[in-house]
Amino acid sequence: MIPLVLRVNGREHRIEVEARVTLLDALRDVLHLTGTKKGCDRGECGACTVHVDGERINSCLALAVMQEGREVTTVEGVGTVGAPHPVQAAFVARDALQCGYCTPGQVMSAIACVREGHTGSDDEIREWMSGNLCRCAAYEQIVAAVRDAAEAHRA
Amino acid sequence: MRDFDYVRATGSDHAIEALAARPGARPVAGGTDLLTLLKDGIEAPEALVDITGTGLGAVEHGPDGLTLGALATLSRVAADPAVRASHPLLVQAVESAASPQLRNMATIGGNLLQRTRCPYFRAETALPCNRRTPGSGCSAVDGEHRAAAIFGWTGHCVATHPSDPAVALSAADARVRVRSAGGERTLALDELLRLPGDTPDRETALDHAELITAVEVPALPAGSRSCYLKVRERASYEFALVSCAVVLGVDGRKRISQARIALGGVAARPWRLVEAERALVGVELTAVPVRAAVERSFAAAEALPGNAFKVEVGIRTAVRAVLTAGGAR
Ligand SMILES: Cc1cc2nc3c(=O)[nH]c(=O)nc-3n(C[C@H](O)[C@H](O)[C@H](O)COP(=O)(O)OP(=O)(O)OC[C@H]3O[C@@H](n4cnc5c(N)ncnc54)[C@H](O)[C@@H]3O)c2cc1C
Ligand code: FES
Ligand code: FES
Repeated sequence: MIPLVLRVNGREHRIEVEARVTLLDALRDVLHLTGTKKGCDRGECGACTVHVDGERINSCLALAVMQEGREVTTVEGVGTVGAPHPVQAAFVARDALQCGYCTPGQVMSAIACVREGHTGSDDEIREWMSGNLCRCAAYEQIVAAVRDAAEAHRA
Repeated sequence: MRDFDYVRATGSDHAIEALAARPGARPVAGGTDLLTLLKDGIEAPEALVDITGTGLGAVEHGPDGLTLGALATLSRVAADPAVRASHPLLVQAVESAASPQLRNMATIGGNLLQRTRCPYFRAETALPCNRRTPGSGCSAVDGEHRAAAIFGWTGHCVATHPSDPAVALSAADARVRVRSAGGERTLALDELLRLPGDTPDRETALDHAELITAVEVPALPAGSRSCYLKVRERASYEFALVSCAVVLGVDGRKRISQARIALGGVAARPWRLVEAERALVGVELTAVPVRAAVERSFAAAEALPGNAFKVEVGIRTAVRAVLTAGGAR
């Protein structure tokens, strides 16, 4: 076991993990932050998307021990039910989900996508959101939500 | 996944020492390929040496070209204004690879060393595969080989190299700087990445405890145009079926004065179309003569029943990439 200080959503957590534990498993199984979802566990679906030092990554392909000294942000850290993040509000307004399993990953990816400015057209949004699959195929609504959030961000 | 020891290297010397001390140790950079291989039991190193703290992530540019630190992420390479200005084909290749999330983790050094996506090599339960278990045979030759190689393969292995950036780097004549306790050397991509021969498990020319430190990308010839074209079975977030990188010189009469063409998805490394490059000089930039020149390189193509279509896809991809680079379509 390796002692580790993991900084998540502005809070420091002192934990012990085996070297092989992914950031995704540390978040879900050690810190019980289960908002971040496990889909494929192979980098293929985007359900596990979180931000590390402000950049979106797949937490299923990141080792927890490699995140020491970095700032991890999960879906629990971006908004609350009473005060959702503008991207979350746009997902609700556009009904951009069905089962919701992909949604935390979509939201984290969309927040980064808007911030990066890869939202000039629907095609650009599709390309830069392509790392997030939606098994319910809510893609049209997801693109609309990202477009709305990007417009609000620019305004 | 088997557990392993973890060492955080503070510099490249430290990383090389830590690797040299243990034959079972492996470097980890972005981890995006290695973690998948560990999860599927395809690799089981006894220790991982984390090289992300070695300070090898800089992207530098000078009059002779670019130096991409091995640890530079794909996102960083593609976002760099100097790279965007000087090597658009590399930006196109990088931005067509994987997903935005993966590109934030994946490094340019690790990208070159990623292992094949052949379904038998990647199988969740081990199947005969000479790359994975030397001597076990190649399941793909008589099995599912739709995506398999059409150049440079042997009965021992028909796998392809999956990288997009490597194809653009090949057309740009890039060289890879590597370092070990014995010193530094630089390798062309064709030297770094080996063809299967009868030892497909020996994929690269790197020794144990030898690190890629940088990729040197010469400036493209003055006035040349370039392009990267990726053909795949869905519009995004998919490996190439075939891809093509072109660096082209065109004279005032719309004739090709110089061509460098690399194909991806057709061999165990980016495949330069050497005969076509020669035959294209002096050729008019239109489809019929360009195709005739490109076909010269495909005389050596060898397909299996299931991937015979890749010969025609390869020719058409190269022709389209040449015409696109030249501004003729
Ligand atoms: C779902 C998915 C889709 C993908 N799609 C594409 C695609 O379309 N196109 C494409 O090109 N790639 C694609 N990839 C592959 C991805 O780009 C590579 O996994 C990535 O570039 C590898 O870089 P890394 O830093 O994560 O390497 P790691 O996984 O850390 O390492 C890979 C290998 O390189 C070794 N290594 C790493 N750095 C060094 C170094 N400096 N010196 C010596 N050895 C080193 C490691 O020991 C390991 O053997 C995809 C990956 C996934 C998971
Ligand atoms: S769970 Fe990480 S990408 Fe699917
Ligand atoms: S809403 Fe069900 S997977 Fe996307």
